[in-house]
Amino acid sequence: MSHGTVWKYGDNVNTDVIFPGRYTYQIMSPEEMAKHALEDLDPAFAKTVKPGDIIVAGKNFGCGSSREQAAACLKAAGVQAVVAKSFARIYFRNAINLGLPVLQSEEAPDRLEAGDAIDLDLPRGEIRSAKGTFAFHPLPESVLGIIAAGGLIEYTKAKLREDETEEKKE
Amino acid sequence: MGRTLSEKVLGRKAGKDVVAGEVVSVSPDYVLSHDNSAAIIKEFRKLGVKRVKAPAKIVIVLDHIVPAADEKYAQNHKSIREFVAEQGIPNFFDINAGICHQVLPEQGFALPGLLIVGSDSHTPSYGALGAFATGIGRTETACTWATDEIWLRVPETMRIDLSGRFPAGVFAKDLSLKLIGDHGAEMANYKAVEFAGPAAAGFSVGSRLTLANMSAEMGAKNGYFAPDEKAFRWLEGRARVPFTAVASDPDAHYESVLTVDLGALEPLIACPHTVDNVKPVAAVAGKPVNQVLIGTCTNGRLEDLEAAARILRGRKIHPSVRVLVIPASWEVYREALKTGALAALVEAGCVILNSGCGPCLGAHEGLMAAGEVCVSTSNRNFQGRMGHRDSEIYLASPATAAATAVTGKITDPRGFR
Repeated sequence: MSHGTVWKYGDNVNTDVIFPGRYTYQIMSPEEMAKHALEDLDPAFAKTVKPGDIIVAGKNFGCGSSREQAAACLKAAGVQAVVAKSFARIYFRNAINLGLPVLQSEEAPDRLEAGDAIDLDLPRGEIRSAKGTFAFHPLPESVLGIIAAGGLIEYTKAKLREDETEEKKE
Repeated sequence: MGRTLSEKVLGRKAGKDVVAGEVVSVSPDYVLSHDNSAAIIKEFRKLGVKRVKAPAKIVIVLDHIVPAADEKYAQNHKSIREFVAEQGIPNFFDINAGICHQVLPEQGFALPGLLIVGSDSHTPSYGALGAFATGIGRTETACTWATDEIWLRVPETMRIDLSGRFPAGVFAKDLSLKLIGDHGAEMANYKAVEFAGPAAAGFSVGSRLTLANMSAEMGAKNGYFAPDEKAFRWLEGRARVPFTAVASDPDAHYESVLTVDLGALEPLIACPHTVDNVKPVAAVAGKPVNQVLIGTCTNGRLEDLEAAARILRGRKIHPSVRVLVIPASWEVYREALKTGALAALVEAGCVILNSGCGPCLGAHEGLMAAGEVCVSTSNRNFQGRMGHRDSEIYLASPATAAATAVTGKITDPRGFR
């Protein structure tokens, strides 16, 4: 269970406002990326976000470009999860591949407001707040292995080692 | 029950019959990346393997910031060239080729029935030629280089039945804006979009590329036309490998079917700051504009430059507007030189830039100051995308962009016949 505060945004939050294109083709450290998180949507965000905070948004969060920094910068800023009514598909993949939980809930975005205090219980699939407890859709089984490994790089490293062992046996 | 094109391509790759909703682990035919290969290489190095698994499947096209705008970008390009040499990657296109989404079709990588993944959100473009093509992220691109394998969910399919003929001054871009305006920017999230119906065969390969490209703005995983004689003819002399075309069976399952009468369409424009904020051009006509961009992976092909040249030939651009023209590839560039389209555009006062993404994604070559307005033939008008966060982007067809260039204000192209 981990505690955080809600940052609330609307529908169609796109990757350009999450992480602007002017920085996309510069190679940056996660700390530098975090400084530009949501820069064109909410300039106050990067300055005041606290570790454990969550972003709550409407439909189609992360639409637009495939840039992975749009997931990486939020993770680096300390965001523990993004809760939205739906996610754009590449954003969903990128977030999972980097180990940023992306949680789908119809109800939570309608009820939670900016500044609300929440507790997130990932294993139980629940967000608890003074406004009630909201369940989110469990992540598909096929991707749980990636999250458990700590992201796709670690998952793939383990898989490559396995393959190597198999080859040696043969 | 029959199968859709997506079910067939992914099923063939998975070695079994698959239906929408299943997750398959598959080996793609090609893996695309561009300037972001520099970041992908950094991820690849973390995996602890020395060699990419299938170098001939990797296609790298430098297109986003070409030539390099500063030393950071130059360093990225340098590290990509070194990696290409080190790994023996045969399919590398440097700064004099064009935008990946035009280069892959022209160079015969985008073929019917193939599975192509790309570290770029507009990878679905290759569906114009009947491929299953979808965008992925950087980390998974690095992992696919190492393993030659990726997981994909087989998408449900939405079919769009097209009938009738475009009226004068109305183009594939207007059709894409009509769909996104009416049904919203997530109308096809996670889904395949099949462009079909009696009018589909009449679409040129260029206009098919525009629609498949814009399917990304519908949220689609992939968008496509069933490959037909027109596609096969276009591919003659281009295809790099033999291919087996597939199409959806007549009794395949479609999650939904939309119908559009092309004859009922008018020129449309997506207003700031979302692609689904669509209005008739006539409704915003007269809005003063500072910049016009004609090009990009959406509308930088020969037919697009010709449409602009038809309006600008013998005219001058308005003195208050800057007009940037970017042929989508060097093949398009050379053809447009031969047809005289580029001469007409230069005589009118347009600036011709090197084939590439140009200012579309906000990195270089024509970014806007606060308060400025651009009419662009590109695919995204998100806040701050092409410069200052207080600048504005309107998305329209090349004809609307050219008519706007003449008057300096948003202008319906139907007055320029």
